[in-house]
Amino acid sequence: MPPYLFKVVSVKFGIVVFPGTWSDRDCYYSLNDVLRQQVDCIWHKETDLSQYDCIILPGGFSYGDYLRPGAIARFSPVMASVEHFAARGKLVVGICNGFQVLCEAGLLPGALLRSEHLEYRCQWVQLKVENDSSPFTRRCQEKQVLRIPISHYEGRYYADDATLAQLEADGQVAFRYSTPTGDITDAANPNGSLHNIAGIISRRGNVLGMMPHPERACEPILGSSDGNLIWESIIAGL
Amino acid sequence: MPVSKEILDEIALGQQEYELIVEKLGREPNEVELGLFGALWSEHCGYKHSTALLRQLPSGGRRVLVKRGEENAGVVDIGDGLAVVMKIESHNHPSAIEPYQGAATGVGGIVRDIFTMGARPIALLNSLRLGPLSDPHNRYLFSGVVGGIAGYGNCLGIPDIGGEIFFADCYSANPLVNALCLGVAETKNLVKATARGEGSLLMLVGADTGRDGLHGASGLASRTFEQKRELRSTVQVGNPFLEKLLIEACLELAETDWIAGMQDLGAAGLTSSAIESAARGGGGIEVDVLKVPRREKGMTPYEVMLSESQERMLVIAKKGCKDKVKAVFDRWELRSDVIGQVTGDGMARIKEGEKVVADIPVDLLTSPPIYRRRVKKPPRLEQLQAFDVASIPDLSPKKAGSTLLRLLASPNIASKRCVYRQYDHQVGDNTVVLPGSDAGVLRIKGTKKGIALTTDGNPRYCCVNPYLGGVIAVAEAARNLVCTGAQPLAITNCLNFGNPEKDDVYYQLRECIAGMARACRELRTPVVSGNVSLYNETKGEAIYPTPVVGMVGLLEDVAKHCASGFKNEGDLVFLLGDGQVVDSSIGSSEYLALVHGIIKGNPHIDLGLEKRLQRCCLEAIRRDILNSAHDCSEGGLGVALAESCVANGLGFVSRDWRIAGRLDSALFGEAQSRIVVSLAPKSAWKLGRLAARWQIGAKRLGTVEGKRLILRGYIDLSVDEIGEAWWGGLEKLL
Repeated sequence: MPPYLFKVVSVKFGIVVFPGTWSDRDCYYSLNDVLRQQVDCIWHKETDLSQYDCIILPGGFSYGDYLRPGAIARFSPVMASVEHFAARGKLVVGICNGFQVLCEAGLLPGALLRSEHLEYRCQWVQLKVENDSSPFTRRCQEKQVLRIPISHYEGRYYADDATLAQLEADGQVAFRYSTPTGDITDAANPNGSLHNIAGIISRRGNVLGMMPHPERACEPILGSSDGNLIWESIIAGL
Repeated sequence: MPVSKEILDEIALGQQEYELIVEKLGREPNEVELGLFGALWSEHCGYKHSTALLRQLPSGGRRVLVKRGEENAGVVDIGDGLAVVMKIESHNHPSAIEPYQGAATGVGGIVRDIFTMGARPIALLNSLRLGPLSDPHNRYLFSGVVGGIAGYGNCLGIPDIGGEIFFADCYSANPLVNALCLGVAETKNLVKATARGEGSLLMLVGADTGRDGLHGASGLASRTFEQKRELRSTVQVGNPFLEKLLIEACLELAETDWIAGMQDLGAAGLTSSAIESAARGGGGIEVDVLKVPRREKGMTPYEVMLSESQERMLVIAKKGCKDKVKAVFDRWELRSDVIGQVTGDGMARIKEGEKVVADIPVDLLTSPPIYRRRVKKPPRLEQLQAFDVASIPDLSPKKAGSTLLRLLASPNIASKRCVYRQYDHQVGDNTVVLPGSDAGVLRIKGTKKGIALTTDGNPRYCCVNPYLGGVIAVAEAARNLVCTGAQPLAITNCLNFGNPEKDDVYYQLRECIAGMARACRELRTPVVSGNVSLYNETKGEAIYPTPVVGMVGLLEDVAKHCASGFKNEGDLVFLLGDGQVVDSSIGSSEYLALVHGIIKGNPHIDLGLEKRLQRCCLEAIRRDILNSAHDCSEGGLGVALAESCVANGLGFVSRDWRIAGRLDSALFGEAQSRIVVSLAPKSAWKLGRLAARWQIGAKRLGTVEGKRLILRGYIDLSVDEIGEAWWGGLEKLL
């Protein structure tokens, strides 16, 4: 039979590894072992991203983050390539520390400050999908509530009023912390993020940053597989 | 040169020990040599007061691959070519002086013990003992310790899946911080901490060496805090990012055959790591202190050898492999320097350039005197054990509900959520049962298996009866694992006691170890690693005898695991095990301490019953009979039922609650060997048959129903009220 009949619908993901990254292994596991996609880990000193469809900046403490999360990582050699990659309209996902790096690098607006309660928090949260037409959420239902854990200290999303207004007007808010029934309340906000923002999309729509860890919600035995919806959305669109 | 008492005090050696050194060496040791002896003959490294007692503990077994004392940590086979490596260690004294860094470097140290053997650390647990939080200093210690554990562990990306915290007055001046780490390795990749092969090179990797932590082993960990002096400089400062790099680089090396051994630098720094690995290899070592990279100028050989700067590893590179090893560290941007080599003459030779500054047989350094002492039971214990229940009034039924709420809110029983949510407990994509249940459960990727982990040890029982306290610490840890569906495999223990040179403390230590040994043999859980922390005293006041048992268990099929919370409306609730309530079971309980301010009365345990109960529960979980299982421990049956309710917000109703003896004992007595289970009504007959076969009681208590906890005639509380008390009890005190 002709080979094209066997073509596997498989997207090539690249996971950037800074020296202090630790979610790389979990991202790799959820994409490679659970979703059977092609995945490579990319050492932060590499600069050639040409073979990838989607780049992931995973969670961790890229350079120890003693100064400010992501402040040093944004100067890693790979980051210039990630900027070019995004500028060409290709997909970039930053999770937790990766979200912080994207904000530091200016690929996403705003900043992630220390949580309101001044504590590291690891817990399950509910996320309301606010934009179900992005390349990262197209497999989600409208206003669907996802169960995905957070694990961070500096995760309080902050931006000035003008930026916030623009994010809201352009539908750039991807996820908001909510109650299990989808209500956006203060009690459901685990860190004091403005407008309960848990994840945002760039204006062009090809860069996603989110504090919760979808790679940790990848199998029912871990308590949820809702995180896979984000990966499946990406796969479905490419 | 007769040596002054001040010098010996500084390194915590006795005059007689000094004379023994002179006799064996045939000469007076110089200053550097004396420093080496001080460190290696300290209680912390040499275990001179505890070795003889620790020999009672069973250490071998079918699954034990590396026994206690052979390596940095014990190794247990879990099949499929995999092994778990585990150890618990104390960092009590540093945490008392500087809680954040003390606890953080405690985590750093125990993690190094695990990856140094070629195992990837996959779990952390912490066992803490602190003074009451009403005292602001204790609150400072508490938040510092928890912050330090979180700050270090979270940065490493190792999930912290459990532990326990116990509060009592005696820990106000002597808080205890015990950290446990467990790693997984392919059995074929295990690395030994051995300096073997003449000509192999000693490479020092990681952080530069400074004056931090000088005399940590001898000065801090091996004496009491009688003198008031500034000790903060003896506590090291941690750099978890550097440790993360060391983990990755060392695990990469573990998969090669370029190294003869690896050893972390912990207590007594380069001295203990180099000399102990030489002792294991049966040879000698030569180290040139000038080749050790330093962060301070003007350090003497003595200071270089005894520095406890963190995040350093000693790698023994095979001949001709140095450049390949160095290339791995270079890639991780880690400094690595050759500082010496393995020799064949059995001597520990320390040089400063060409000048030899110490030259002592390795054998002598690693064979401290072993002390055995004969002591009698202190009369004080008789008084503590003799307790007449009739001397206190029984609880009135009207007060049962409010007393339950009070117990649930007591910091020893209340949920520790405000602590464990500060620890990343999910990184690694393995955590199946989160902290807050009887034990944490992790799945092992690539297999059907899972492991369960817990730490346990009730110091109040040990205070009243050290022997039974030791037995119960082991039995309860095993019961916790069984409640998740895991077969208990092995133990790592940390023994926190006062000054062993005092008769009553030595008695506690001896009895407690004897009790643990007995339970370990009965339950077939050998002790594969551990640590002893003595001299936990301030101003002559010792802490409670505090053994902490860390136990690992195996689930052959992790899909069949259980947690402590009731799961389904309509399920039946049974009490498995000791169904006879004895009035004296209120002895040494949380109820007695909290409500009556009394810490007296023997705890009680029947190990035969315990064993049968555990087998029965395990079989029931494996056969999918149970929907939940929860160990009855502090706070007794009343608290166990309440905890099973709040976990998932379900109620419990007993319409026919009969009490034969005293109400306080029935509700809050802490009889051992009891597990509260819930199951579908259609499975009840299966449980009955199993219980009959194992000859244990299976008493039907009631049903999972509604949103209230009702023991008709005694307790009627909403699950919300219970939740508020239990979830918020500890948090409110901070």
